Amino acid sequence: MERLSSEDSRPLSPNIQIYRPQLTSVLSIANRITGVFLSACAVVLVIWLVAAASGPEGYSRFNGLIGSWPGQILLLAATFAFFLHICGGIRHLVWDTVHGFELRQIYASGWLVVAASVGLTLASWLTSFLIAGQS
Amino acid sequence: MDRYRFRSPLGRAQGLGSAKAGFGHWWTERVTAVALMPLSVWFAASLIAHSGSGYEAFIGWLGSPVTAVLMILLLIALFWHAALGLQVVIEDYVHSGAKIGALLATRFVCFALATAGIVAALRVVIGVWAAI
Repeated sequence: MERLSSEDSRPLSPNIQIYRPQLTSVLSIANRITGVFLSACAVVLVIWLVAAASGPEGYSRFNGLIGSWPGQILLLAATFAFFLHICGGIRHLVWDTVHGFELRQIYASGWLVVAASVGLTLASWLTSFLIAGQS
Repeated sequence: MDRYRFRSPLGRAQGLGSAKAGFGHWWTERVTAVALMPLSVWFAASLIAHSGSGYEAFIGWLGSPVTAVLMILLLIALFWHAALGLQVVIEDYVHSGAKIGALLATRFVCFALATAGIVAALRVVIGVWAAI
């Protein structure tokens, strides 16, 4: 089907390119981006399970990849995405009960999600380093 | 907030929404989300607890029946939730002819990965069980 050129240049709503990013909109799209990213991480989870099932060699080869610098950066990103998505998800479940829709509450819960995600990511990695150091 | 403010009097009297099959999608996304909270936190905590441990200790954990049950539940909830979420993302952003193909591929890949993960988890349990 041929499209008219005027049709192509029509503005689409919402015009995100002229909007100043706000906590509300950034967290909204972050929930989607982390969801897609975590879906990709779920593929790695299955590869990890298959590697563990294949025996010690396959498992150590997988651990070598995860232990490398790019692997560790990806794992750190996955940890943060996991906590951001789960905290954002709890915020959405609260909204589903028709609570917390006042603008002040929305900003308070938004910053709480950000702070909790950063805090839980740091706490997870610190605990992991402490346990790895003891063994 | 008044949750009935946006409903027409007829809609309120009938007590029915307009979402049709959309409600099932919306609800299942929430059910799997609620299921994933304890399951994924258990999984993350278990991984952290096994930081720096060797293959034997790790497979001992992964090969226990309790771990296998929780792992399979995690895989089902995770890929169900992922399939529903990715479906919405594709429906919102893909408007070309690739939409149907992308929707089908997402669903097939999610089912295939969940099945592969479940088989791998069972293989570890059976391996540990056979070794005893």
